[in-house]
Amino acid sequence: MDSILIERKNQVFRTGTDAQTIHCNKPSVAGSVSQRACVFCGSRVVLYPIADALHIVHGPIGCAAYTWDIRGALSSGPEIHRLSFSTDLREKDVVFGGETKLYHSLIELIDQYKPKAAFVYSTCIVGVIGDDIEAVCKKANKEKGIPVIPVQAPGFNGSKKDGYKIACEALATLIGTGDLAVPEKSINILGDFNLAGELWMLLEYYKKMGIHVNATITGDGRVEAIASAHKASLNVVQCSGSMMHLAKIMKDKYNIPMMKVSYFGIEDMSDALYEVAKFFKDDEMMAKARILVREEFGRLMPVLKEYKEKLQGKKAAIYVGGSFKAISLIKALRLIGVQTVVVGSQTGTPDEYEIINQLCDEGTIVVDDSNPIELSAFVKETCADIFIGGVKERPIAYKLGLGFCDHNHERKEALAGYEGMLNFAKEIYATAMSPVWQFTRQR
Amino acid sequence: MEAVKSPKKTFVSTRNACKLCAPLGASVVFKGIKGCLPMIHGSQGCATYIRRYMISHFKEPVDIASSNFSEETTIFGGNRNFNTGIENIIQQYNPEVIGIASACLSETIGEDIPRLIREYRTVNASKALPVFVNASTPSYQGTHMDGFHEAVSSVVANLAECGETGTHINIFPGFVSPADLRHLKDILTDFGLDYVLFPDYSDSLDNPHWKEYQIIPEGGTAVSEIKRTGTAKASLEFGYILNLGGINSRITESKAAFTAAQWLEKNRSVIRCKLGMPIGINETDRFFKQLEELSGKPTPNRYERQRGRLVDAYVDGHKYVFGKRAIVYGDEDMVVGLVAFLTEIGIEPVLVASGGESGILKREIERITEGKYPQMKVVSGMDFESINEMTEELKPDIFIGNSKGYYISRRLGIPLVRVGFPVHDRFGAQRLQHLGYEGTQQLFDRITNALIEYKQEHSPVGYKYI
Repeated sequence: MDSILIERKNQVFRTGTDAQTIHCNKPSVAGSVSQRACVFCGSRVVLYPIADALHIVHGPIGCAAYTWDIRGALSSGPEIHRLSFSTDLREKDVVFGGETKLYHSLIELIDQYKPKAAFVYSTCIVGVIGDDIEAVCKKANKEKGIPVIPVQAPGFNGSKKDGYKIACEALATLIGTGDLAVPEKSINILGDFNLAGELWMLLEYYKKMGIHVNATITGDGRVEAIASAHKASLNVVQCSGSMMHLAKIMKDKYNIPMMKVSYFGIEDMSDALYEVAKFFKDDEMMAKARILVREEFGRLMPVLKEYKEKLQGKKAAIYVGGSFKAISLIKALRLIGVQTVVVGSQTGTPDEYEIINQLCDEGTIVVDDSNPIELSAFVKETCADIFIGGVKERPIAYKLGLGFCDHNHERKEALAGYEGMLNFAKEIYATAMSPVWQFTRQR
Repeated sequence: MEAVKSPKKTFVSTRNACKLCAPLGASVVFKGIKGCLPMIHGSQGCATYIRRYMISHFKEPVDIASSNFSEETTIFGGNRNFNTGIENIIQQYNPEVIGIASACLSETIGEDIPRLIREYRTVNASKALPVFVNASTPSYQGTHMDGFHEAVSSVVANLAECGETGTHINIFPGFVSPADLRHLKDILTDFGLDYVLFPDYSDSLDNPHWKEYQIIPEGGTAVSEIKRTGTAKASLEFGYILNLGGINSRITESKAAFTAAQWLEKNRSVIRCKLGMPIGINETDRFFKQLEELSGKPTPNRYERQRGRLVDAYVDGHKYVFGKRAIVYGDEDMVVGLVAFLTEIGIEPVLVASGGESGILKREIERITEGKYPQMKVVSGMDFESINEMTEELKPDIFIGNSKGYYISRRLGIPLVRVGFPVHDRFGAQRLQHLGYEGTQQLFDRITNALIEYKQEHSPVGYKYI
């Protein structure tokens, strides 16, 4: 048995030793236990946090049931997004078509929950039986007077990343239709999903700098603000894997410049603030950013130093959704004395993998679209102590006797921003230093 | 009992489903076969979502492969992906068994999995191949429970041998917890019975910590054991409703699907003993009586004492629970078992709800409660938003069901006692017990304590004793 399938050999490389570049953006290999989900999932997770919209899944029950309340994306107001609606197609609907059922579902749900917009997700079999969901959406829109937006995301139609793109295109149909008043020097925040309230911390930072945040897409998202997102002067994009496409559309259509940032780790967080101040060429804004960063550094550094002393020499494996986040994690771990020995993502890009290649120590394993067998082999080979991943990686880490930090969209701890860096350090420390490992270590 | 059309308004859509899809049930069953790796023939998302859902409950690695349909596969058929999938599974896992569940996509485009397996076997006849089992589980037919029963039945029909009747028995317990399975095995062993329990995920979905990482977790019913189901002298099957939900929702296929025990009775002449989920004293007594008959031995003292302690606990705790109004929801057979138990202790089930749609839930609940609760509502095909809207009228004191009803119990400020699947918001779901005197004891203690805690917390006086 070989832990890496032949078709996947070029999706794994070691920094410093392998000359080849990593292959990515490929569909998952049949029979491999990919940690990825599907196109539907990609679009569903991106649009999910829009809290005053109705999200209805047109298909059999599974797709809606598994995405009910799936992200820790918080709302400061309405919470329609936390409900799961499905047309729950049965065999007769598959045979005779589900359009009528979708239409009636939309009408009753809009009447009952009074959303500001509705997103209608198509699933695998809707793609096959050929329901015209666009026509149904148009009809519902006409009758109810709210945007009813089709999200054409049958699961087989590409990978999770294609689902991100479809979500961006759905958002693009909404943007430009709103007319909220927006002050000068305002930004949109793209690609933060307000997990555990992370967005609210960012808003606080920007507020301190005197920057108005227009639309947050999609964390704590509201239909009206998103519809008016075209009025902002700048798109600040995090989680670039999911939201760059929207930023590009908005640049082409509304000439809004974009900026790629990360809010994980104190270096990247501070850069995000400085870069925005630089963009506005505003000295006062920059001065305020400096004060904020200085204060936060003053507060954090002594604590982080203590963690670093205790964690020095520990090794980490990272496997997350996008490679952009992985870059920030490598840096954040370094700040607390932890070396990254395995780093991978479900949907990374060549450019970002190249940055990882430059950033990591020689011999680090870099992997795209990995699976449990590979991950367990890599972790054993590199003697990692801690794993950073999502729910599906957690039991693998634990069974291997590794500590674990959940950095996926179900997390309940805020890990972005300055406070998030503290939480991150605290969590890494707690999992690495727990006395329970005395009973599990076999190495 | 009222003829129920219960929520004031009936919705066309399902709002916060009280059910999951069929391939999940089949995946649980395949995890209960020794050396088995499940594969879902469909899009990547099906496997990943089901893995995530099971991992959150069992806290164990759950590897499920996918044949990973693309647009091309959907148009031209899944043959190539199926074969590549199998080859890659063999290369990475080299499993003893591959369990293949279909998904709504593969069923809709008309994939014939038994044929795909036959063809793969023919082409690779010279190689040593794993055993293949499969289940037809389109998510538009029934719920996860129907997928579960379909897989149990299909695996048994595929493997059960013909031959002379032995002295062993089969036990098909349905979808219960790993701790329940362990308890059942103890009981059967203590009766001195030779048995085949299927599916048995008591280890594979609740393993001890490993010395070495196991790519396929140990545990499960061995294929050689499943073969023996064909020569057993009897089959015990828990549940009065079983797979009827799935059959009800079929329109294209008129052939009746059998449960494993029904199939064995018809095709292998194995006597079928029909039992409910042994929850509560009466249903458990029935189970033990059956075991006495099959083994020719009296109930071992250990279980007599468990029963005695349970009766003692019922007496000690009866005033805390009597007259309390419960909303009970979950898988149909599980709620029938729970209601049988609640009826014994004087808790009034004011709403019995399930996402399943067998059409006989009401009949079974009526039978088991003997018409004691004329106000009780029994609703099939229920979702959580409908339950949510009925609470004002029902005035429940307690929720008994899976984690997904938490948001309603939280809104009402009343306790939720977590049972069944999924339990995503508490630790130790694998170790929750429901079955037998021992499982009932756990349920009784948990329910009683939840009610006491509620009373204590809402009392102006902080009593430290009860």
